Amino acid sequence: MSLSKQTDQWDLEIQPESSFFELNWRELWHYRDLILLFVRRDIVSTYKQTILGPIWFFIQPILTTLTYVIIFGNIAGISTGGVPKILFYLAGITLWNYFQECLMKTSDTFILNQNLFGKVYFPRLAIPISIVISNLFKFFIQLALFLVAWVYFLLQAESPIQPNGTLALFPVYLLLMSGLGFSFGVLISSLTTKYRDLRFLIQFGVQLLMYGTPIVYPLEIVPDKYRLLLLANPITSVIEAFKYSFLGQGYFSWFGLGYSLIFMVICLFLSILVFNRVEKTFMDTV
Amino acid sequence: MSDTVIRVENISKLYQLGEISTGTLSRDLHRWWAGVRGKEDPFRKIGQTNDRSTKGSSDYVWALQDISFDVKQGEILGIIGRNGAGKSTLLKLLSRVTKPTSGRIRVKGRMASLLEVGTGFHPELTGRENIFLNGAIMGMKKNEIRAKLDEIVDFAGVERYLDTPVKRYSSGMYVRLAFAVAAHLEPEILVIDEVLAVGDAEFQKKCLGKMKDVSEKDGRTVLFVSHNMDAIQKLCSRGMLLNNGQLHQQGELSKVLDTYLSINKSAGASFLFQPPANLEECPGYVIRVTIEDLAGTLLPEIPLWDPWQVRIRFKVQKTIPHFVAGMGINTSLGMPLQTTWSKPQDIRAGEYEIIFQNTDLAYAPGIYYLDIGLSSYLRTFQYISQTVALHISDVPSPQQTASIINTKSGLLLNQLETLCTQVK
Repeated sequence: MSLSKQTDQWDLEIQPESSFFELNWRELWHYRDLILLFVRRDIVSTYKQTILGPIWFFIQPILTTLTYVIIFGNIAGISTGGVPKILFYLAGITLWNYFQECLMKTSDTFILNQNLFGKVYFPRLAIPISIVISNLFKFFIQLALFLVAWVYFLLQAESPIQPNGTLALFPVYLLLMSGLGFSFGVLISSLTTKYRDLRFLIQFGVQLLMYGTPIVYPLEIVPDKYRLLLLANPITSVIEAFKYSFLGQGYFSWFGLGYSLIFMVICLFLSILVFNRVEKTFMDTV
Repeated sequence: MSDTVIRVENISKLYQLGEISTGTLSRDLHRWWAGVRGKEDPFRKIGQTNDRSTKGSSDYVWALQDISFDVKQGEILGIIGRNGAGKSTLLKLLSRVTKPTSGRIRVKGRMASLLEVGTGFHPELTGRENIFLNGAIMGMKKNEIRAKLDEIVDFAGVERYLDTPVKRYSSGMYVRLAFAVAAHLEPEILVIDEVLAVGDAEFQKKCLGKMKDVSEKDGRTVLFVSHNMDAIQKLCSRGMLLNNGQLHQQGELSKVLDTYLSINKSAGASFLFQPPANLEECPGYVIRVTIEDLAGTLLPEIPLWDPWQVRIRFKVQKTIPHFVAGMGINTSLGMPLQTTWSKPQDIRAGEYEIIFQNTDLAYAPGIYYLDIGLSSYLRTFQYISQTVALHISDVPSPQQTASIINTKSGLLLNQLETLCTQVK
């Protein structure tokens, strides 16, 4: 066999430098079973040996909502734009929680899995992808809770809420939130392998971002000078549109959603790029 | 069918020593600036050979330097070398856990690596769930695992516990299950690191058999790193010796093993000591401690089962009444194993040597640390704690016949006298 012919047949090449944006989608697809098994592991292991099991998925948003109703609604007296307080906060929390969980969990990808990554190769992106999927499970449970409350108010004689046709955009909202949570988390996880300081900032940063997003207040009560700042936050439009679709209260703008989409695409691209660079040698620096 | 399935070309791997996180940002900027100006990476060119016994001046070390080799299909290649020789780094590169600094590795066929058994096992999940998870991490598809499930369970012998969370497993069961999954992977190339160091003797034998099967029957290629020379000898046909990150020798296994044994005999068996600070008051002090065989040849690594002696050279400045030299042997975990004393005697000024000989006890392979004390009556005037190390190699000297005893069976390998009589 001639040498040149042999060279063509190599299935795998390991080299120090790889092209700048190189992601092996086919390989990721090959490992799809692994992604699903990770999803299963995450869901099953979280609530094993807890008495209430998945009921915790309900308790958490209920308690948060009650807290918000008391603190922001009753004590601080922040308007909810005519929407029942419970429904208003529940809507914000449900969608926000999904984003936050995606971000927080994926941002620990490298640090929590360094043992695994140090021993065996598989496409590292499988972990953050599985996190986004397994959080979907929790999201749908919490969404069900929201829908129960939503239907209750909808069936009342003089319903205070007016859902409308933009409800059809719901999958888009979900996609935007998962995409943003995923890319922020992946970006942070890549950077924390080297600059560990970032980890301390996340908790604080996420909290800050929540108050910079109309979760506990409607966008309409925000003074004009801050409004632009809030709209620069790509999550704002999604949350507002979500509330508009379900409750008829909120700020719906195609331009805002388009902005969020472009923002998400750029972030996704950037984060996968950085992730790819880091995953090759992170074992040496972590 | 003697195609090359792995070709490694000039592989090198540079590691940074010490604290990495501090000053990284400034260093990154520095590096970036050098790159912008088209200059070489300022931190890369100062790497040194990875010799851990000498203190290098550079913060960077070549864990592997310029390694090239080919592996042919169906071959079982044993990779040997002392700790820190670069074996694990090589495996990490091959299994794509990290990238080489320079060079290239090309592989033909599907390759799976087993640097650890039970990678990704989750304690809360059941045995069955873990089989699937672990298999998938190793690159198997779900239906491939399902097809092999019965075989895996059978090999591990954990059928009754299949639906029990693995955190309730005994450590032996855990390991057996983990290895069973790995053994039923079906890659064309299997990269294995020391995983046989776990599990009982019977299971180890089963694993070795399985690996040999895999290579002989299915023509699969195996790369095997182990400290268990016995296993390497049984399994491998070709060997590769790494030393300080460099490829020292490759070829027929027996020759490589011989080199491995002889290469370590150059340094590390002699320990020199400075006179103590309070020289005036000190009646005597140790000058040198050497570890040697009974003929007096220095032995940095004592072959398994061989007798050895410790020679302590000390200086006496004035007459010492009722002088006793003592030596304690501790395991690497710091547990005292044995202490011996010389007979009390009165000695005059001069230089002396005392020899402690071990002719009958066979220590298990590993590192032992010596405590050395000089005393007069019960007053110790010099005490050297745990600076002298005794290496018992896991390789028996060529004269010794292959042992049947598992080297993990305990600290002492000697067999007790046994007497078996019929009483009824």
